[in-house]
Amino acid sequence: MPNAAPTLRLDGVAKSFGPVAALRSGTLTVHPGSIHALVGENGAGKSTLVKIVGGVHRRDAGVVELDGEPVDFTGPAEAKAAGVAVIHQEPASFPDLTVAENIYLGREPLGRFRRIDRRAMREGVRDLFRDLGVDLDPDRPAEGLSIADQQIVEIAKAISLDARLLVMDEPTAALSAVEVRRLFAVARGLRDAGRAVVFISHRLDEVADLCDTVTVMRDGEHVSTDAVADVTPDELVRRMVGRAVADLYPKVPSTPGEVVLQVEGLESTGTFHDVSFEVRAGEIVGLAGLVGAGRSEIARAVFGVDQYAAGRVVVGGKDLRPGDPAAAIAAGLALVPEDRRLQGLVTESSVARNVSAVARRRLARLGILLPDAEARLARDWSGRLEVKAGALDATATTMSGGNQQKVVLAKWLATGPKVLIVDEPTRGIDVGTKAEVHRLLSTLAAEGLAVLMISSELPEVLGMADRVLVVREGRIVAELSRAQATPERVMRAATPGASETTAETEGAA
Amino acid sequence: MRTHARPWWQRALLTREMLTILILVVAWVVASAAVQGFDGPLTITYLVLDVAPVLLIALPMTLIIATGEIDLSVASVVGLSSVTFGLLHQAGLGLWVALPVSVLLGAVCGAVNGALVAYAGLPSLAVTIGSLALYRGLAVGLLGTTAVTDFPESWTDGATENLGESPYPVITLGLVALIAVFAVLLHATPFGRNVLDIGRSSEAARFSGVDVKRTLLILFVLSGAVSALAGVYYTLRYGSARGDNATGMELQVVAAVLLGGVSIFGGRGAIHGVVAGVLLIGVLSSALRLEGVTVNVINIVIGTALVVSVVAPRIAGGVRVRRRGAVGQRT
Ligand SMILES: Nc1ncnc2c1ncn2[C@@H]1O[C@H](COP(=O)(O)OP(=O)(O)OP(=O)(O)O)[C@@H](O)[C@H]1O
Ligand SMILES: [Mg+2]
Repeated sequence: MPNAAPTLRLDGVAKSFGPVAALRSGTLTVHPGSIHALVGENGAGKSTLVKIVGGVHRRDAGVVELDGEPVDFTGPAEAKAAGVAVIHQEPASFPDLTVAENIYLGREPLGRFRRIDRRAMREGVRDLFRDLGVDLDPDRPAEGLSIADQQIVEIAKAISLDARLLVMDEPTAALSAVEVRRLFAVARGLRDAGRAVVFISHRLDEVADLCDTVTVMRDGEHVSTDAVADVTPDELVRRMVGRAVADLYPKVPSTPGEVVLQVEGLESTGTFHDVSFEVRAGEIVGLAGLVGAGRSEIARAVFGVDQYAAGRVVVGGKDLRPGDPAAAIAAGLALVPEDRRLQGLVTESSVARNVSAVARRRLARLGILLPDAEARLARDWSGRLEVKAGALDATATTMSGGNQQKVVLAKWLATGPKVLIVDEPTRGIDVGTKAEVHRLLSTLAAEGLAVLMISSELPEVLGMADRVLVVREGRIVAELSRAQATPERVMRAATPGASETTAETEGAA
Repeated sequence: MRTHARPWWQRALLTREMLTILILVVAWVVASAAVQGFDGPLTITYLVLDVAPVLLIALPMTLIIATGEIDLSVASVVGLSSVTFGLLHQAGLGLWVALPVSVLLGAVCGAVNGALVAYAGLPSLAVTIGSLALYRGLAVGLLGTTAVTDFPESWTDGATENLGESPYPVITLGLVALIAVFAVLLHATPFGRNVLDIGRSSEAARFSGVDVKRTLLILFVLSGAVSALAGVYYTLRYGSARGDNATGMELQVVAAVLLGGVSIFGGRGAIHGVVAGVLLIGVLSSALRLEGVTVNVINIVIGTALVVSVVAPRIAGGVRVRRRGAVGQRT
């Protein structure tokens, strides 16, 4: 439709928070029947742009038009009413409401006598989940949902709005290939129905797969807009970070040493069963699997924030007290959890306080923390991870998603761990920094760190891990060496109902 | 990256605590000018003697409220400790024995609160309203409507006499020392950082290896012990151990802490602000009392100040948001 007005048009949109110019000149034109990718480094201003479109922030300057009509939303409700559905980067659900209530919040279907029609609500949610191919109980409370499930709930909520414009800010960051494929099918369906879709992701293969047009942003400004077919991923990366990223998975070879982490017969009713594995010094072990397979739960139990029913965890030859994270930390364990906003960070605290949150115990002299000690540690580690924030005393809430993730990594690396468990370590981190994080993990492993890595991004697992354990429905169903681990093999082992025989026997050393 | 977004003087001066300190200074100046007798030499002496119990209890209360919890049983612990101190004295034990036993009993009272809050997972508001009634009931039950009054003069004088020729009572030294201890604890130790982290996000604190339950237990024990110490002081200051001593003082303590800028939702607070909050209430009460105003009216004034101090930041926040919205509209 060459002459139709674009569904969304932004021109020169600017937004500052105090002295920080988050968005200098946001420019974006999205046509109906198109899926438009928005890419850029962490802190480039993508989420800020999305929040302006979604009515969360008011712009300072510039033009926003929907179907040719200028709009100026004063709140998310107005944007919703105008037909704009937004999946925000950090999902925020009401923990006390059920999944279905969260999805239908504020527009519950009414039955007789204007009472909420719970049946209709539940049916609607079931249909949505069927389209998305997820198995989630509509009646369970939202409290305790994993990050991936929270994202699914957000996606379902946005899709059910049946909006003319759907904006998705890193919806796939915690999803594995299977869920991503379903989401893409839904997005394509919307496109074919003439809706406009904006898709933000740091995974450029997804952009190539799903989108027809791609806009690059940098430092709050529009850089370029092209048809996806006209531009190579390498070129996109160069425009985003200003240099080429040679190798996304720089793997330093290392020879595994002695066993540092040993898990034996770990058991948690209804979550995971008979989980046994070991991680050696210098080794990166990947935990692959679908969303909900129980990988994060295993990690949390090993670290001690969750209890387990049976089994034991041995670190450096000593049994670890169950349910005692402080003991785990003292033994040299570190856990970068999946949910950075609730578990990884004290979001109201500053960068410096967050980075030193664990290591500060060691910084104290005679029990007293000297004023500079935390700042020095924080400057060192946030420098190594290229954290971008206004200042070390800026609160974590003011940082972009990817930069928050870097702070969580910095916080745990600063403790000098012997065993590092990372749950989605690069969730929301841009390509350039991702390569840096991978290089750092790889170098630390080569120096003797034992790494247990959970990632829904299969290329990341395959690119970084010396050994891959596949988790399916709470059990470790396959162990593959680096040479054996192909995407097909891992996916076959991870997917319930797929032929299992091959994966299970192969390489179970 | 810069260490601080703002220059040091802005960080030091543009704080919620400075606002309380400023109001305190203004109140002091106005009272000195307008209230007859306020600038007399005894004002400081009586101010310190009067605010001492509230000041003492406000210190651990600051840490408890900073975690997002509350301890409403403190005044009842004052009463119970006062009675215990009196009874032990009556039983012929020396005060050097009665003092530590009373403080220990306070710590046990705090431990009961702390265990119910931290390990049984009950809301501190409910637990400490319950123990407020329980500890007060015990105190009154133990001593009935009688009082123990025959404390040795060396002790009662010690609680009220001045440092040499200065207007400051001897106890000022102890108060300053405890303020310093709590200030260091909250602002310059890993423990204090943990306390604030728990108030901001206890889940994130737990994932950082903070033993949230143990931290809460320690704070309630501290609160009980310090309240009991305040109870002993209260007894000696007025020379009378009674079951109804300090009834209702918990409200003054909480008011002072909140006036001092500690967030009732947890996660924010500073000792110097709380000290200013306590002194502000002390100055207002003594100035109004000198003016012949009744206790009821004093309570109305303090209550209003409290509500304003809790509501004002929210209103200010709302105005700021709306101003930002207006800027967007102009484009
Ligand atoms: N509320 C806020 N207060 C202050 N600064 C903010 C605020 N929100 C965002 N910023 C700043 O604005 C800039 C852009 O942030 P934004 O979240 O839009 O980045 P992004 O492109 O979405 O990055 P990411 O890929 O990491 O999600 C960042 O430098 C961030 O620190
Ligand atoms: Mg973002």
